[in-house]
Amino acid sequence: MDEIGDFLSAYSTLIALVGVNALLALSVWVTLYAGQLTLGNAAFMAIGAYVSALLGRHLGTPFPIALVIGAIAAGATAAPLGLTVFRLRGVYLAIATLAFGEVVRVILLATPITGKGQGLNGIPPTTEVWHVYVSLAVVAYVLWRVQGSTVGRAWAAIREDETAAASQGIPVRRYKLAAFVAGALVAAWAGGLSAHLTFSIEPNDFAFTRAVQILVFAVVGGIPNPLGPIFGAALLTALPELLRPLKDYRDILQGLILLLVIIYLPRGLVTLAQLRRTRRLQEIGAADVA
Amino acid sequence: MLLEAAGVTKRFGGVVAVNAVDLAISQRQAVGLIGPNGAGKTTLINLISGQLRADAGAIRLAGADVTGAPPHALTARGIARTFQGVRLFKGLSTIENVLVGRHVRMRADALRRLWPLGIPDRADRDRVRALLERVGLTGRAEALAGELSYGDQRRLEIARALASEPRLLLLDEPAAGMNPAETGRLRDLIRALIDEDIAILLIEHDVRLVMGTCERIAVLNFGRKIAEGGPAEIQSSVAVREAYLGSEDVA
Ligand SMILES: Nc1ncnc2c1ncn2[C@@H]1O[C@H](COP(=O)(O)OP(=O)(O)OP(=O)(O)O)[C@@H](O)[C@H]1O
Ligand SMILES: [Mg+2]
Repeated sequence: MDEIGDFLSAYSTLIALVGVNALLALSVWVTLYAGQLTLGNAAFMAIGAYVSALLGRHLGTPFPIALVIGAIAAGATAAPLGLTVFRLRGVYLAIATLAFGEVVRVILLATPITGKGQGLNGIPPTTEVWHVYVSLAVVAYVLWRVQGSTVGRAWAAIREDETAAASQGIPVRRYKLAAFVAGALVAAWAGGLSAHLTFSIEPNDFAFTRAVQILVFAVVGGIPNPLGPIFGAALLTALPELLRPLKDYRDILQGLILLLVIIYLPRGLVTLAQLRRTRRLQEIGAADVA
Repeated sequence: MLLEAAGVTKRFGGVVAVNAVDLAISQRQAVGLIGPNGAGKTTLINLISGQLRADAGAIRLAGADVTGAPPHALTARGIARTFQGVRLFKGLSTIENVLVGRHVRMRADALRRLWPLGIPDRADRDRVRALLERVGLTGRAEALAGELSYGDQRRLEIARALASEPRLLLLDEPAAGMNPAETGRLRDLIRALIDEDIAILLIEHDVRLVMGTCERIAVLNFGRKIAEGGPAEIQSSVAVREAYLGSEDVA
């Protein structure tokens, strides 16, 4: 038992980080499952992080309430944004959401209360590992159950064929918007947790690279069900640590593993558990993610 | 009247695909829609089902003006359709496809599903299985839609459309790719649906299927309705014969 205790304390930051990244990967899973490639979740994460940290600092708002308000702020931003950007599809949608991320970053860089380029320092480390994992368990459970509901089926139908989905009575835009807002809420929650884990945040934490990283977690893990993004985030977050002894070869090996997964498991790690079904899907040329 | 289209027009650039067409369908009626390739049949169905917006004219469903209503709203009001090119959700199973078709008749169950016990959509699944049985797809319930044979895909599309419990069913060449035996079963199914108070607009190149199911037939040519009447009338119409012969000359 001592060994496990030692392990946990030595790696508690990493363990918490795995959980936060899994939440972020789930946040983009929702839109990917509906066939929409959006890259705005780094910005929603930023909104959750900044809003919760600023509330705690200036108004003394209790941590859980600050997290909730941060998530609501992101959701309230996502709704009007989604109404606009879901006129677009595919790469255009991706670029529009990415541009939104840049706008958020530039606003953070220019605003005195968010600390401009320096960001916010001395954020109290309120987040405990169990906060992260309870959040992850709740989000994963809810998404898993929603996947089997009328809503999840409508998302899958939209991914497969929007025109056919609309003619089955599915209000396509509304369902896309719901996925987008749900993703924003989860991303902001993860942002709030991570801000209170790392002491400091700055605008560049939530830039383009972060947006892509979140997407890679989800895609490498796989979109068929919410377990995929969790696996993807866990592997890609822990891998650099596990490979640390290899020093100079670490980055090369990490890139290589990523490449192998994408080539041999293009629908993600979770498809290892359902190779047959995946092969059938590929044979009929069913919709890939996005 | 269940459906009344009045002066409906649709242009694509210079082409007038549907030109001031009037069409009325009453309850329990099957109307055939025939015409040479490119006559505007599919475009007319797209206008009725809301996939396309008419440039002019009005569409009424059971007395209510539904001109310009989006497709999902029209499905909720009782219009269902199949697609000429078959548009199934290929990566979903047969039964899931039909469940999606039932979307507008199902209670949203996302919240109820958060409680881990029970199957909130059991009644709907039973209905969907009955529909699969009806079109002869019981054995293929768990197959992916994209894996089905062409005839099975066409039947699945009909089952999916029926799942929304439509008042008006629009079928765009449902017999294309079917063998004579399958077409025969399709004819029986269409007749049974009419007996169940579903009105049908049937586009079909298989003239025998149209004559054998529809009490009234409308003929389109270059976007215009050139004839309408009972099967015998249409068969003896000079204008109809010229339209078809004319198109063969061009082709
Ligand atoms: N989306 C579109 N954009 C431009 N032109 C179109 C479009 N859809 C149809 N058309 C044109 O409108 C005309 C009518 O086409 P439509 O598909 O309605 O004919 P159809 O009677 O269904 O023919 P077929 O028997 O070949 O299915 C054709 O000239 C076609 O090229
Ligand atoms: Mg056609």
